[in-house]
Amino acid sequence: MESSASVLCKSSVSVQCIRKANMKKSLLFPDFTVTRDPDKCIQCEVCVRQCAFDAHSFDKEANKIETDNSKCVSCLRCATMCPTGAITVSEHQQNIKKNKNWTEKQLKELYKQSETGGILLTGMGTDKDYKIIWDHILLDAAQVTNPSIDPLREPMELRTYLGAKPDRIEFRVQSSEFRGQNKKLRTTNYELQTKLPPQLKLETPILFSAMSYGAISLNTMRALARAADECGIFYNTGEGGLPKELYKYGKNTIVQVASGRFGVDSDYLDVAAAVEIKVGQGAKPGIGGHLPGEKVTEEISQTRMIPTGTDALSPAPHHDIYSIEDLSQLIYSIKEATGYKKPLSVKVAAVHNIAAIASGIVRAGADIVAIDGLRGGTGAAPTRIRDNVGIPIELAISAVDSRLREEGIRNRASIIAAGGFRNSADVVKAIALGADAVYIGTAALVAMGCHLCQKCYTGKCNWGIATQDPYLVKRLNPEIAARRLVNLIKAWSHEIKEIMGGMGINAVESLRGNRLRLRGFDLHENELKILDIKPAGESM
Amino acid sequence: MGCSIAGIIDEKGNRFSGEKIICAIKKMYLRANGLGGGFAGYGIYPENSDDFCFHIIYNDEKSRENTESYLKHDFEIVKEEPIPTRTVKAIVNRPLLFRYFLRVKDEIKKQFYEMTEEDIVMRSVMKINGAQAGAFVISSGKNMGIFKGVGYAADIGKFYKLEEYSGYCWIAHDRFPTNTPGWWGGAHPFGLLNFSIVHNGEISSYGINKRYLEEFGYRLTLHTDSEAILYLFDLLLRKHKLPMSLAHKVLCPPLWSEIEKMPEDERKFYETLRIIYGSALINGPSAIIVSDGKMMFGFTDRLKLRPLVAARNGSKFYLASEECAIQEICPLKKGDVFFPKVGEPAIGKLRNTEQTRNKGTRNGHGKFRFSSV
Amino acid sequence: MKKIYFNEEYCMACRLCEIACLVAHSKSKKIIKAYKEEFPSLTPRLIIEQKGPLSFAIQCRHCKDAPCVEACVTGAMKRGKKTGAVSHDREKCVGCWMCIMSCPFGVILMDTKEKKVATKCDLCEDVREPACVDACPNEALVYKEVKGSEKK
Repeated sequence: MESSASVLCKSSVSVQCIRKANMKKSLLFPDFTVTRDPDKCIQCEVCVRQCAFDAHSFDKEANKIETDNSKCVSCLRCATMCPTGAITVSEHQQNIKKNKNWTEKQLKELYKQSETGGILLTGMGTDKDYKIIWDHILLDAAQVTNPSIDPLREPMELRTYLGAKPDRIEFRVQSSEFRGQNKKLRTTNYELQTKLPPQLKLETPILFSAMSYGAISLNTMRALARAADECGIFYNTGEGGLPKELYKYGKNTIVQVASGRFGVDSDYLDVAAAVEIKVGQGAKPGIGGHLPGEKVTEEISQTRMIPTGTDALSPAPHHDIYSIEDLSQLIYSIKEATGYKKPLSVKVAAVHNIAAIASGIVRAGADIVAIDGLRGGTGAAPTRIRDNVGIPIELAISAVDSRLREEGIRNRASIIAAGGFRNSADVVKAIALGADAVYIGTAALVAMGCHLCQKCYTGKCNWGIATQDPYLVKRLNPEIAARRLVNLIKAWSHEIKEIMGGMGINAVESLRGNRLRLRGFDLHENELKILDIKPAGESM
Repeated sequence: MGCSIAGIIDEKGNRFSGEKIICAIKKMYLRANGLGGGFAGYGIYPENSDDFCFHIIYNDEKSRENTESYLKHDFEIVKEEPIPTRTVKAIVNRPLLFRYFLRVKDEIKKQFYEMTEEDIVMRSVMKINGAQAGAFVISSGKNMGIFKGVGYAADIGKFYKLEEYSGYCWIAHDRFPTNTPGWWGGAHPFGLLNFSIVHNGEISSYGINKRYLEEFGYRLTLHTDSEAILYLFDLLLRKHKLPMSLAHKVLCPPLWSEIEKMPEDERKFYETLRIIYGSALINGPSAIIVSDGKMMFGFTDRLKLRPLVAARNGSKFYLASEECAIQEICPLKKGDVFFPKVGEPAIGKLRNTEQTRNKGTRNGHGKFRFSSV
Repeated sequence: MKKIYFNEEYCMACRLCEIACLVAHSKSKKIIKAYKEEFPSLTPRLIIEQKGPLSFAIQCRHCKDAPCVEACVTGAMKRGKKTGAVSHDREKCVGCWMCIMSCPFGVILMDTKEKKVATKCDLCEDVREPACVDACPNEALVYKEVKGSEKK
């Protein structure tokens, strides 16, 4: 979530900023053009006040609002807030000679690096044009031989339990006979012997992904916590610790223990419903984090338990985990510390050897394996890492689920899939491939107002989400944001029920790992093999 | 698929001719399309009641030779013979039909000391059905047998001369297949060891039920969903030692909203059961009759999307897709017939099976234990 | 009575409330027309206080013991019997501005159009929700009944 060690530019990567660096003349040109309809603009200056990147300004002498295109990041805050709809932001049309290889994007990145000498930094999940496998997987529906179920009339169950499950139930039977009025009656008593390992109970198979305090504002966290509470699901603190005021949402909180160990103490572990060891994240597998000192405000310093104004550095690896047995030690240390009362999750990025890694994690004692795919989001990551490292979550889910089943240990841990879930159909497909639940991060942020401008790392989020600026954090009213999140979860849940009903399934257990209800369309043979699904047109 | 199912059990253990069940299933011929029918009868081989009886269908002599040499490796063949049939015009393209009465060889028992006799039999069945092309074991229990093929059930019954057998429990199925082409092995009932099942329905959860079973070493070779139910029962009853009533609650668990309303202990039990066995839940429209020779157990899916009628008359207990099937073979009075509710099984069981209880299943000698909740 | 309350925690000083107020009290009620044709003569009936990141919008509090009603010499400023809201009658107003002098919140303003009269929040009579509340994108303004608030 934090900016990485070599920071290109602490503020926006704009022409202005680069000019300040060490070049007189930048070769960059703006990404966007802001158009103002003079017939509609009433010069109310709402846009001027809303832009934290100072793209708009009011020229008193000319009595006119001016716009500096080079500063615009296309967050669309001004366009959304403009009371007359006078503002349009569009792609900047500069006639760079068309070249499939040396695209405008490539050129701009070269200019930027030649002007700053730094690593390119970005936010959110990769925007690169990789094939989205979700869009090549089709769902089944019941016709004639099997009635579809109307979720408005019939029960439709989405409840999901995350955690290790035993292989089988154990109980003791006691039969007793007694005389009733006319005949002998026999009653049999089943005494449950199985003690279930701790479980997380979800009313719908969706959780809010890890986003840390520091990367996101307190108001954003408040919204996530409230929404999780209302929906009967969970949110995740990320690695930035848990502000004391959110302790009351503990039963809906998954706390993270990451390589920086920020904010980890016994209270933090005790208050949570589950603990997650973060090994990696999909947007930047193998990369640590760096929250610049100026972002470490009083509140963040309290929460992260580090001095105010000091840089918060998350090492790339956990320096006490150099191998799988070390992970096992940390897992059991935390389990000991929490009295074996909470499920323990391990989050990893989906990398090439993910099936074996996941198997190792399960055998190391984790109750939940969270896998973050290629498209996973971030507050800050080196662009090259974000755009080129990892594998798509679709393939990772399938590989891991198959592997765990082959080894007969699938019941020993639940799988949470993460990384770019865009809608309820993606969720249904992930569950059918074998995930128990999904983490949503970007979708939740978008629900709260994010417009994916990918400038989280600047700390100037105009939507009040990824910022600590006192002027900006106020923009996100947690009550409104929580309502929007609840609506989103409700809407997706309704849709999942609708899809399941169409398939003739009335409990999510029967969808989970049910790959027979998926078909691949326009997928390569190898992809079908790894996904373990049939091509469209092939029947049972 | 849409089909008809029927079953009769005499709770006193009196044996009766297979003719009755043929009449019952014949009455519902509109529910079938002639692409498969079959019967399971219990108590039909009293002379060899301690031997495993394999009914095997072969495509050709070559596969018979292969399979028999395989059988001879693991088993002592007490008796082997072609299954008697008669000529019925409608029954065409008959495979070779043989039955064998088998005992597991002592040396094999010693070799697989960690396995029960039943496990060894199951392993052989899985092996033949999975690997031996052209051979298929359709039943493998004791003192029971499955008779099935492609055709209307009534014709199949006639073909196998079922009126000449007498048993105390019969279940039957007439098929209207949609998902799988009609072939002899794919007809119902499906059987493994003493267990047999007939199923009218389609399992929307088959994909996960199959994968779940594969984790426990089952091989689902028939590409038909009904097979999964059979193995789920085998897993739950034989391997996990659940009583029938609880196995039923695994396959068709109460809704979470119902579980929440239960008293504390019961709630915890059902919650645990459902959490552990989520992948064994069978979803989709179904009416199912299963039998293990001790009882006949009928139930429907959680929404009761397929029909099931039950009736009790004298010592006999009947189950069928339609009431007419029961009326056909037994004059019923008002009050004899009842309609099992959603989530409630209809059970007919042999009385005086008490003596089998103490033998239990703990030592794994294959006596199923059934007790009521 | 229902009043407008502000929540400074979520006020971001976007001033959309002010714009909505102006439009609601314009002749045309159309935002572009009002601004382009009537603007200099329009007066907002609320004020926005701002210091650093702290900001909020405030309009007539409709005080129980309203000094402006006391101070008004013509009876233009009066309390509605039914609603309890303090209202201002432009016809009766002579523009002495004693009300402006006496208002402890400074939320009575000079009408920029007809300089002689005062103007203040009228809670947008006849609408379900005042325009400023409706326009606030962050729910920093809320229109609600607060029990016990009358006693203060």
